[in-house]
Amino acid sequence: MFVTNASRGLPRHRSRYPAERYTRWALRALTALLVLATLWLVVAFHLRGQWMFSLLFLVLGGSLAIVFGKRELMSHRYIFPALAGMGVFVIFPLVYTIGISFSNYSSSNLLSEERVRAQFLGQTYQAEGQAFDFQLVREGNRTRLYLEAKGAGDLEGARQLVSRPLAHAEAGQPLAVEPAQAAPSGEALGIREVIALRDALEALTLVTPDGTELKMSGLRSFAPMLPRFAENPDGSLTDRRDGGILTPDHEHGFFVTEDGERLTPGWPVAVGLDNYTSIFTDPDIRGPFLQIFVWTFVFAGLTVVFTLAVGFVLASLLQWEHLRGKALYRTLLILPYAVPAFISILIFKGMFNQNYGEINLILENLFGISPDWFTDPALARTMLLIVNTWLGYPYMLLLCMGLIQSIPRDLFEASAVDGGGPLTNVFRITLPLILKPLTPLLIAAFAFNFNNFVLIALLTEGSPDILGASTPAGTTDLLVSYTYRIAFQDAGQNFGLAAAIATLIFLLVVGLSALNLRLSKVKV
Amino acid sequence: MAMVQPRSIRARKLGAHLALLGFVAMVVFPLLLVISISFREGNFATGSLIPERFSLEHWALAFGIPWERADGSVVQPPFPVLLWLWNSIKVAVVSSLMILALSTTSAYAFARMRFKGKAPILKGMLIFQMFPAVLSLVALYALFDRLGQLVPWLGINTHGALILASLGAVALHIWTIKGYFESIDGSLEEAAMVDGASTWQAFRHILLPLSVPILVVVFILAFIMSIMEYPMASVLLLDEDKLTLAVGAQQYLAEHNQRWGDFAAAAVLSGLPITLVFLFCQRWIVGGLTSGGVKG
Repeated sequence: MFVTNASRGLPRHRSRYPAERYTRWALRALTALLVLATLWLVVAFHLRGQWMFSLLFLVLGGSLAIVFGKRELMSHRYIFPALAGMGVFVIFPLVYTIGISFSNYSSSNLLSEERVRAQFLGQTYQAEGQAFDFQLVREGNRTRLYLEAKGAGDLEGARQLVSRPLAHAEAGQPLAVEPAQAAPSGEALGIREVIALRDALEALTLVTPDGTELKMSGLRSFAPMLPRFAENPDGSLTDRRDGGILTPDHEHGFFVTEDGERLTPGWPVAVGLDNYTSIFTDPDIRGPFLQIFVWTFVFAGLTVVFTLAVGFVLASLLQWEHLRGKALYRTLLILPYAVPAFISILIFKGMFNQNYGEINLILENLFGISPDWFTDPALARTMLLIVNTWLGYPYMLLLCMGLIQSIPRDLFEASAVDGGGPLTNVFRITLPLILKPLTPLLIAAFAFNFNNFVLIALLTEGSPDILGASTPAGTTDLLVSYTYRIAFQDAGQNFGLAAAIATLIFLLVVGLSALNLRLSKVKV
Repeated sequence: MAMVQPRSIRARKLGAHLALLGFVAMVVFPLLLVISISFREGNFATGSLIPERFSLEHWALAFGIPWERADGSVVQPPFPVLLWLWNSIKVAVVSSLMILALSTTSAYAFARMRFKGKAPILKGMLIFQMFPAVLSLVALYALFDRLGQLVPWLGINTHGALILASLGAVALHIWTIKGYFESIDGSLEEAAMVDGASTWQAFRHILLPLSVPILVVVFILAFIMSIMEYPMASVLLLDEDKLTLAVGAQQYLAEHNQRWGDFAAAAVLSGLPITLVFLFCQRWIVGGLTSGGVKG
């Protein structure tokens, strides 16, 4: 093999040509800029407390600086961009997913503990004390807040209070309100305008002459509002309304009342192997999981068998030298491969429609039957296999044609001399000769169909559902679509469980591809 | 031509033709059906392959032109198909160009240079490539969600995020290009370097011009893959005017409001160019797709 200078790490001299020197300097500047940009991301993520992302970009920026800074790593400069792409968008998500699988990350445990705490501390309740109705009264281009006590009873303080004229955006500082004898003159704002100013009003704190603080308690009223929870030194929260104590449960990531009730929202915490054990022990998850697991293998296996059978037969026919019009047949036969899958799958979805689909119309006319393709589990699975065979056989056809072509012709001649017919040729010559080089491709096809998400998502969306499952699970779901539905469609959005299943699938896929590498004897 | 021929060839030829024609009819039926449906009046019309009541309604709607029916009512286009097609093409062109740039440079290094960790990196890439993107969607969503808070054009619901996310899928292309580079004799580059060219110059001015065919193939392959990409786009894109075709098209066949006729026209309109490109380039594409395995 011929080896370039770069990999020998020879020093590079200052170029004689100015243009080349400028290019080098421009490249250096670009590298420096990229490093600075990633550093900025590192710091920004760090300040937001998202250490995983901070670390990701630290590794990225660091390796960028090293690879483009050291002359000995010249060869690595060429592969760095592609490796960085894979690192950030394939390997990092993978590691992140595996990390999530050991946590209870879900829609109820989404925010960080600080944010959850802040959310509780931000809750207020209406304390005892006089509440006021309010109006906003226009005065020039400013407005005054005018308060009038609710109810008729006697009152220690003033019944009517008024603020100084306010600009619309004013908020934040406590605002003093003064006693008044009557409503200020001027037009009161309608409810629409009040709603438009709602955010600004909610941020206001009014202070009456006797020192009571008032907060907005409704669209028409201000009342003394107090923060509902107070923070204790040990990290627990005291509910000011009833004196109850909320203790943070770091094992499950929730605040828990004294009765043991968990309050949402919670925060994600590490739960160890809980997600994995629940897959295998929780009957509501294990049942559907095993059913889907088996179906995934059956689906991928049958798809490979069917597509290979159809493709091989067609390829053998098309290889026959006496046949005319082979090019036309070939083009027509690979059409399903050329049409974008997302379109052909949707075409089949319409064709299999139980009410007006063409397939049921034809079956109805010919045999008087009208199968429930989408509601009967067995039929739905049959439909998936039919559609997937239609989609997948052209690939096998092309592979088989290529491989059959490479078989020496004289083998067939010898067979003809010895009186072998076409069937003998197929089973004694063609199949044995192409099966070996085909195996790795078959494994790849198996792995692809094992994870054939698009077909399921566009055709059946997993339906009909498995009864009694605690997660969204369908009889036609594959493991990937099942995982997707747990993470993105369920009301619970159980990312932790989805990640655990994803990790298991990854292990399977790694096994398959390692086997594949071994069988295909890839030379590097 | 074989010298020895079995008897009764004519009957067998006829049989083969009949079998092939029957199969072709089955395969092509759905495609012809969709073309036919796109010209039928109404959304649930049934009938023969040649439409009895011809109408251009669905085609007008697919092109975004409001259609006035015979009874005077005007139908508005249900979905912005052309916009979706444009989004798809935009994302596909940019991401394929970037994928091409990344995979060409690294394929060069893998084909021509010796460095530490070459074999494990190549094998590792193949293994990681098998991990379907669907499964890391939670992580990708989290990544772009956080990134979007700092860099708005890379957040959720942007095409930038979708393009960037597609850069992970380069391993297959690297293998394809690497195989092609290895089939080109290195002596030309060696000669150039003896004459003082740098590694980059040898790559840029000698090897690249020789490899234009494979670069075109990889570009088209990446382009088609990007057009067909569904899972990532379905999670990263939210607004109707941001969707790509692959994600948008399914809205025609939503659970309770199936617009079969409108879908047919949109499908033919958007699927036909891609199909033609594929058929036109199939010879090279197939070579690229299978080159990884057929070697063994």
